Amino acid sequence: MPLIHQPRSRKIDHVIEHASGDKRFKILEVFMKRHQFRADALIEVLHKAQELFGYLEDDLLIFVSHHLKLPPSRVYGVATFYHFFTLKPKGEHTCVVCLGTACYVKGANKVQAAIEEATGVTAGETTPDNKVSLLTARCIGACGVAPAVTYDGQVAAKQTPEDALAKIKQWTGHDAD
Amino acid sequence: MTRTELNEIKEAELAARKRTTIRCCMAAGCTSQGSGELLKNLEAAVSEAGAEDEIEVRGVGCMRLCCQGPLAQADPGGPLYEKLEPSDAKAIIESILSGEAAKLQTGDPKHPFFAKQLSVVLGNSGEIDPERIESYIAADGYQALRHALREMRPEEVVQEIMDSGLRGRGGGGYPTGLKWQTVSKARGDKKYIVCNADEGDPGAFMDRTVLESDPHAILEGMTLAAYAVGADQGYIYVRAEYPLAIERLQKAIKQAKKAGLLGAQIMESPFNFSIDLRIGAGAFVCGEETALMASIEGRRGVPRPRPPFPAESGLWGCPTLINNVESFANIAPIVRNGSQWFAGIGTEKSKGTKVFALAGKISNTGIVEVPMGTPLRTIVEEMGGGAPDGGTVKAVQTGGPSGGCIPADHLDTPVEYESLSALGSIMGSGGMIVMDETTNMVDVARFFMEFCRDESCGKCIPCRTGTVQMHHLLTKIIDGKATARDLALLEELCDMVKHTSLCGLGMTAPNPVLSTLRFFRGEYEELLQPDPYANGRPTAVPTS
Amino acid sequence: MSVRTLTIDDQPVSVEEGASVLDAAKAAGITIPTLCHMDGVYDTGACRLCLVEVEGIPKLLPACSTIAADGWVVRTQTERLQKYRRMTLELLFAERNHVCSACVANGHCELQTMAYSQGMDHVRYDYCYPKWGMDLSHPLFGMDHNRCILCARCVRTCWHIEGAGTKNLAGRGAGAHIITDMNEDWGDSATCTWCGKCVQSCPTGALFQIGATAGEMTREPARLADIITARRKKEWNV
Repeated sequence: MPLIHQPRSRKIDHVIEHASGDKRFKILEVFMKRHQFRADALIEVLHKAQELFGYLEDDLLIFVSHHLKLPPSRVYGVATFYHFFTLKPKGEHTCVVCLGTACYVKGANKVQAAIEEATGVTAGETTPDNKVSLLTARCIGACGVAPAVTYDGQVAAKQTPEDALAKIKQWTGHDAD
Repeated sequence: MTRTELNEIKEAELAARKRTTIRCCMAAGCTSQGSGELLKNLEAAVSEAGAEDEIEVRGVGCMRLCCQGPLAQADPGGPLYEKLEPSDAKAIIESILSGEAAKLQTGDPKHPFFAKQLSVVLGNSGEIDPERIESYIAADGYQALRHALREMRPEEVVQEIMDSGLRGRGGGGYPTGLKWQTVSKARGDKKYIVCNADEGDPGAFMDRTVLESDPHAILEGMTLAAYAVGADQGYIYVRAEYPLAIERLQKAIKQAKKAGLLGAQIMESPFNFSIDLRIGAGAFVCGEETALMASIEGRRGVPRPRPPFPAESGLWGCPTLINNVESFANIAPIVRNGSQWFAGIGTEKSKGTKVFALAGKISNTGIVEVPMGTPLRTIVEEMGGGAPDGGTVKAVQTGGPSGGCIPADHLDTPVEYESLSALGSIMGSGGMIVMDETTNMVDVARFFMEFCRDESCGKCIPCRTGTVQMHHLLTKIIDGKATARDLALLEELCDMVKHTSLCGLGMTAPNPVLSTLRFFRGEYEELLQPDPYANGRPTAVPTS
Repeated sequence: MSVRTLTIDDQPVSVEEGASVLDAAKAAGITIPTLCHMDGVYDTGACRLCLVEVEGIPKLLPACSTIAADGWVVRTQTERLQKYRRMTLELLFAERNHVCSACVANGHCELQTMAYSQGMDHVRYDYCYPKWGMDLSHPLFGMDHNRCILCARCVRTCWHIEGAGTKNLAGRGAGAHIITDMNEDWGDSATCTWCGKCVQSCPTGALFQIGATAGEMTREPARLADIITARRKKEWNV
């Protein structure tokens, strides 16, 4: 066990080195500059970071905390508070089943169960082949066309388990069984 | 932008109107059913027929009857087409040019679903193109702002809102004018306006509809508020789950800035105001105003005790006015038409109209705006058409996870803040989920409790762990493993969580349980097992 | 400085303007139970044990973060409040894994003392038995998440007394937990100054000194308040 502190600069050096070869870090830095590196822009910055990288990896969070001059614990605390942020990589395709009240009373849980059975993963997980991430939402406001499922950002209306399975099959390119 | 310029835009826009306008719904409900492609095909069909001078195709906001989408209608006097396929575009254009009816499903605009509506907030929804400021100006947009800046002192604007009797549409029903007055009187050089567009209640999509259909109305309402209370910076906190609303708001802000309706010296007055968008990140609790402010400041969305109220100490400690989307959408119509006009709508204590999102086991799902005081029965049975497939309505859930279930035999209750809370529910932001006889009420209660458990921020103990225990007890009941003792524990816990939680989320989390217990207690009791310890000692000793 | 006069449990008391109801009660010699409150750091009103009734106000108010007002009639020990306090404690005991006899803080634990003083002698709810781990990576201090009640006293101490910002809350709801930096092992922390103030602030056995065994962990959170008082009044300037 090291009794001497690993100086903060060393961790940051490592991250900066990692970031230097990656254009996306540059874009993120420009974005932060546009917000004058203000601490209150943290959530906006995390949105941008997730948009660029797909998920929030540790180095990315350290990078953000360094530039916004915030303790790493603040950045991590915020990133884990909001459900929209994910610290794990997502699959190639994302399927979000809405579990709002309207969708629920119209059988969204059956759609979810069918997808879970077909993919073998439960909500919040990604298939081992990294093809499909299954997520659930609290309400996407498409209650008029319940039950709704979002496939790669596109809202699909009045979904049945069969509709959902057909879509999953399209993604996986084989019978999901 | 001056008054003449405003009128010039309006006249130019009106002059450019063509003989026929096809309005095609481009709100989330219809776009998810393919209206985007339909709109493109309509435009293509118009140019193919060489009818560009005759027919305008306009993407508009919500046309309300989501379940029959995609919707489109030709003005003037054309039928309302329902369940359109993108391939139907050609038939519609041909019908307009030939005057012969197309063989497509059409709806009846005289159906109570439409006929009983009264539009204040949604006046422009389904009419104007939400992506063009000119379209809003042509519908008398920004006239209220011009009028206020030129002819009213800020106190007069506050007074106007007070006189109108408008109450907060986010659920609480606090008088909006009173809130404005507190902020306007609060001491401070810097004040903020916040629009709460974090519509998180599952089953509610009124705010989404307003934002997608008429974003400039929100900007105008906020600007009027800023003028009234003396603020120069505003934020709209909108959920990340509403990408279309975000996109349209961004566009609207850009257009308003360019037109000099936001920014420095608005309409050549000394008044400055800018609006920034803040995107939520998936936390229901951020609908609570102190949590929302924490989130705008870039922190964990955790509520804090009130007082101090945001009106005194809000964003960065400055006086802050927070209103919800629908409240702001009411402002410009009130200033434009006068408080007396507004106060003439609705009931004695609840003025104006209310937008409801009808969903669940009901024939006509979609958006309705009705005068306050309309009986629930009118909304659910006449307008909504009752339960589909010959089912019967069992209960109506209002107010989302903070509200309650109103049983069918109370449907004659008028929609008012007081009458709904007397039934143990709340007006809430306006989600209305209809349940039929196949819906198990204990299951519904557990559904909402699961929601609250997952959305609890974790700060105060009653909400963080009380919801866990209540959910556990409900599961036990549903699984047939609970006794009367567990039910008593549940009821006691509901009372405790309601009275000791820190913020509205916890305080109202027990409501769905309490209201279903009040009206559907039998469904709970049916599931209970005999209590082996009912007499204080075991009556049966397990043998294995 | 003007004065506010109010009545707490039938006892008249005068306090300076801006004082909390909790301060006022203290001045009158009345004890209001608290867990998340700690002198020296700001109040969050999170534990809800200090809720009191004020005549004419329908809501229960947290004494720690409510400013005392003139003429208030406050009740701190009604039957209803005592019942709610017992229930709050029951919920806390059922939430994580509190085993007093094996705990470093046994006998010096604020949660345990509170349960005794409030008469909470059994828990009627099912225990959650969550699986939380321990962090023993730091050479001097340890953290046992099983004993944490999420009062965030350590977080506030770390941010506002030490100023390091090492500790924070992560996650939310029942999944909320105390983290070090980026949820790293405490021993690897780049920001921790090893000051140990968080350990002093902990009301339970969640934070402790390495080497302490059952019942050995005592602390003096009052010393943290002394630091803040001295800092504010510039008493220790050299």
